[in-house]
Parts: sequence; structure tokens; C-alpha cells
Amino acid sequence: MSIDRKIVTKNAYRITKKRGLTALRVRVPGGHMEAKHFGLLQEIAMTYGNGSVHLTTRQGFEIPDIDFSNMAEINVKILPLLQDLNLAIEVSTTGYPAAGTRNISACIGNRVCPFANDDTTALAQRLERAVYPHDFHFKIAVTGCPNDCIKAHMQDFGIICITEPQYDASRCISCEACVKNCKKKVTGALSMDAFNVSRNHDLCIGCGECILKCPTGAWSRSDQVLYRMVIMGRTGKKNPRIAMPFIKWGDQDTMVKIIENTYAFVERYIDKSLPKEHIGYIVDRVGYQVFKTEVLEGIVLNDEAEVAEHIQWGGYWYKDGLNF
Amino acid sequence: MAIALTHPEFDLFFQDLKQSYRIFGPMRKKGKGAMSDTDVIDYGPISSANDIVWLEKSFFSPKVVVNPIRETLFHFVNQRAVVPEIDVQPILLLLRPCDLAGIDRLDTIFLQNGEISDFYYERRRALVKFAIMGCETGFDSCFCAVMGTNKPNRDAYDYAFMPSTKGVEVHFGTSTSTSTSTDASTDASTDASTRLTDDIEPALAPEHNRLAFELPDFSHVTIEQIFSHPMWLEYSRRCIACGRCNTSCVTCSCFTMQDIYTDDNKQLAQRRRRWAGCHIDGFTNMAGGHSFRTKNGERMRFKIMHKLYDFHRRFGKHMCVGCGRCTDVCPEYISFTNTIKKVSEIIVEVTTHANRQ
Repeated sequence: MSIDRKIVTKNAYRITKKRGLTALRVRVPGGHMEAKHFGLLQEIAMTYGNGSVHLTTRQGFEIPDIDFSNMAEINVKILPLLQDLNLAIEVSTTGYPAAGTRNISACIGNRVCPFANDDTTALAQRLERAVYPHDFHFKIAVTGCPNDCIKAHMQDFGIICITEPQYDASRCISCEACVKNCKKKVTGALSMDAFNVSRNHDLCIGCGECILKCPTGAWSRSDQVLYRMVIMGRTGKKNPRIAMPFIKWGDQDTMVKIIENTYAFVERYIDKSLPKEHIGYIVDRVGYQVFKTEVLEGIVLNDEAEVAEHIQWGGYWYKDGLNF
Repeated sequence: MAIALTHPEFDLFFQDLKQSYRIFGPMRKKGKGAMSDTDVIDYGPISSANDIVWLEKSFFSPKVVVNPIRETLFHFVNQRAVVPEIDVQPILLLLRPCDLAGIDRLDTIFLQNGEISDFYYERRRALVKFAIMGCETGFDSCFCAVMGTNKPNRDAYDYAFMPSTKGVEVHFGTSTSTSTSTDASTDASTDASTRLTDDIEPALAPEHNRLAFELPDFSHVTIEQIFSHPMWLEYSRRCIACGRCNTSCVTCSCFTMQDIYTDDNKQLAQRRRRWAGCHIDGFTNMAGGHSFRTKNGERMRFKIMHKLYDFHRRFGKHMCVGCGRCTDVCPEYISFTNTIKKVSEIIVEVTTHANRQ
């Protein structure tokens, strides 16, 4: 049997342990899909696979034990799924156009969750249209609030939806529900000052808890949803680490443009001797200041936005083995 | 008297009322709900008939118009106290029949409770005329019929607006100041508008609500039996003391005082009052750090008994008017009406037990 491995794996099929058998990887951008597609997934799994489906960590489905010879037939069948991805390119019966950039995942967001500050699926889908298809190995996720249920801090780009709380003193009854809650659950950004609540903007992370706790509506949301972007978090075999804040109080266009610009940045600096290189290691090599300057080029930041002066990533190096 | 107006005619009628009144009513505050991408229906200045929200119940009540959340009572300047002036232009307040009864309860507390009436409430209240927003069907949590607040007296309002398929029927209450109503109705009465024969009382709220139940009869139990009953423990577990039931209630009228110094020498200051609520931490704080009703179930008991027992003993009518907002806004899904039903059940339990002995 002959297959072109590089083409096949870029086409969302995996090389598996079992010779001759592959697995189809079905992405669900933003983690939300029409229930009608379950029928198709079931059909593929039962007709071509072993009747089982794996739920992936990046909000996709992986259908194992498919014979490579069935790929062409399956690619025709999954056309409706591809059409629903609303890609910026024309989709055809040749299957998924790329599998470099990972599925853009999202927590359930404000379609359901009371804490979420935005529609995370909608933003994930907007990003999907902006960056897909692409061969570079980017991990992007959108989370509705700083609880970070999607683990934005484990991504190359984690986008955390936030709001800038607005205080109307004339509605405040000094009950301190917001102050106590912020102190216990968040950063203690709120304090009482002559029976009014005062908000320390530098400490505030825009989670919106104060708005949810207020019994009179003295706290309300900013007109515009804002975002915190954390960058270059990763797992992997060298230096696992959590993503660090890059932009605070940025608007949505800024988030999208930074990610778009980063693809060009990677194109310039990637180590082409490797089959793939993660962006975090490229930024390590090139330096944060260069990264910052180049990915912010041409972006007019919104007035509220703040950019990190320096970033020191933590994490640890496996090779240090310090605890053993 | 009553007239049937089309929507454009009602708009004209409304614009005419605006010449004489500041009009407050339930309006949509876009994006101002606590959760993202949600609106809140709250009281605010209404600039055109289109601003009025008919199909949803307001989250907050109209009490804010006569009893602001915060109100400065006076400024201290050295040894003098200066009372701030307020806008004295008359107000037309759009509200539901239950809310009109709610204003009556506020009147009772602020104006008829003891010898002295509340100056600050009284001067705002004197500016207010009422326009009832008719409820054809009411909402799921409503129980105005149970509380008997579904049939407002015609002398208690100036106008009643009843939405119809074609527009709005405008009924005139017996206290309507003739100058405004005559001008307005004449202006608005084009050929299309119909004068309705009406010596019948308009039905402004449903005869029955979707919720139907009997109020508890306290005549054969002691209050101690109710107080000591374990039913309140459930609310110590469920209630989170967020205070939304208090702040959304049209009849909750408790307040507390704040003195705010605005200079270093403590010669300039203001004294203001702000809403307080029996579910909210700090409500029972006393000198020396003492406080009581620390368990949330005790607060629930206090509220229920105040709304349906204590107030009635003192004033001969229930404080609760059945608007159901406390049930609507509770984040823990505690239903006020369900609690009332439980009180009735424990009364049966307690009296049956006593009879057996």
C-alpha cells in the first residue's frame, strides 16, 4: 500500500498504531455544533471505523480504525460538516484543507454560562475564518471569563473575555457584596471609600463578578467587551509553562490582528530544519521585544488597551530534573 | 370616560402628557442586565410611547421614583443644615395595578406610620400622578388576585392604559386633572379614535392568576410556633443573602443613614439615606458589634412574616402586593409563593398536632 503521509496528515487523517488504518479528526471550531451532524459522525464510525468515537481535548471528534482506502469516500460525506465551519475559503469534496493550526476551542461562553463576558464560540469562529487553513502549529482558545475553563493559559494564544465594570454611585447601597466577593474570589480590586466603592484599575481583571453580585445594578458592563490575551503557554517535551499576559483591555479587532500578524512573524523566523516548530520556542529565540514590535505593527490599539512591557515565562525544563 | 386610540394616536397623546409631566415607566436598558448580552427592564424617564415595555415585567420596581436608592437629606455647613432642592415638575408614573398598591404601602410606612410623616418622601410623592399599565394576562409569578391588588380604585389613578389589538385604550380615573386629560384626549382624538362608553370599571388585571393559593391563616397558632418551626432551616441552606428580593420589592422601604464628611475639618458634610434590606449583611448591626438574624433562614422568616403578618396586624392590610418580583429575581430559585404555601402547611401541621393531644 502506498499513501503520501504528508498529504494525508495535513488532511486531518492520522497515522495510527495499526498499519493500514487511520483515524479521521473532525474539528468543531468554538466547540459548538449543530446536533444534526451527530448522525454523520455515527455513520462514518459505524460504516468505516470500529463503531467508536473519541472526544478530543481540543473539542473535536476522532473516529479510529478507518481503512486508508476509504478516505476519498469519507471526504465526500463530510462536506456538510466542512460547509458548517464557515471557512473563508471554498470547501470541496477533498476533505479538510489543513491540519496545522489546531482547532480553535472555546468554553461554553455566554450562550449558556452566567459568568461569561462574551460569545466565545462566535469569536472562535471569527478567528477560524481569519486564520484557516494554515500549516503552522498554533494553539488558540477563547474563554468567557478569567475562570479560564478552556485553559487559555495552556495555549499559544489564550483570549480571555472581560468587561470593564462601570460604577453608578447613585445606585449603590454600600452593601459591600462586590467588595467582599472581589477580596475572597478575585484580586481585592475593590474597597470602600466614604460609603462608595472604589475600583483599583490595575488590580481589576475585568471578570465582572462585581456586576453579578450587585443587588441594585450599581455595577454594569462596559458598552464594549474587552479581552486579555495571554501568550506562549505550552505543554510538550522541553519546557512546559503557563501563558503570560500580553495585552490587557484590548478590543476584539486587536486580538484578531495580533494573531494574523503572528503567522507572518513565524514565517520569517521559523526553524525550517524541523518538521514543525512551536511559536513559543521561536519567541524564546527571537526575543519578546522583537515579537512585540513586529506583531503590533500596523495595529491601532484601542484607548483602554495596555501592552506588557516585559514577559518572563516560568514553567520548568524537563532536562533540569531538579526535584529528583 | 375612556377612548380607544391607535398606536400613532397614543403616541400623540403621550407627547401631550409630556408637556405637563416628567414621565417614568418601565424601559429597556440595553446591555445593562447583570449577565453579558442581556438587557434589564428598569424604571427610567420615558420619552416616547415606544419606550414603554409592556410584555415583560420590570426587574426593579417603580418605588425608585418616590424613594430613591440614595437620597441626600441635608448638607452640614458649619452649624447649619441645608436641605437640597429637588426637581418639582410633576411626574406621571406608569405602573401595574400591583405596583400602585405597592405605592399605597409605601405611603402607609412613610406618611401614616406614627405622628410624623416623612418630609422627603412626602415632597416627592406630592409630585406624582399615576397611569396604570393594564395587565391582560399577568406573568407566571404574579399573585395580585391572591393579594387583592388586581382591582385598583378609580380614584387612585389618573389614567389607565390598556393595550388592545389595535392600539391602547385610555381610561380616565376619577382623580384625573381635567385640564390635561381634556386637552390630550381632544388633541389625540382624530376621526379614527373611538370614544368608549364606559361606566364599567375597566379590568386592568386578571381576575385570577396562574398561581392560585390561600394565604396562611394565623388565627389558631402562636407566632412562637411558626418561629421555632424547622421549615426555616431550609432557607439557611438555600438563601445566599444577596438582597435582590429586597431591592426589587416595591414595598421594601427600609433605609439606613450615612454621614459623609467632605472636608478635613469636618465642617462640611452630607447626611444621606440609602436603601437597606433585611436579607443583606449589616442590616441588624448595632452599637457594640451586636447583630441578630445571622442565619439566612431567620432573615427569610422575618421577611415572610413582615410581608404577611406583622404589617397586617399594624395597618390592617398585607404589605406584600403580589407582584412576584422577589421570585423572579432570586438567583437561588427560591419562590416566595412556595414559601407562603409551606407556611400554610406548617400551620395545618401544628394545629392538627395540637388537636391530637
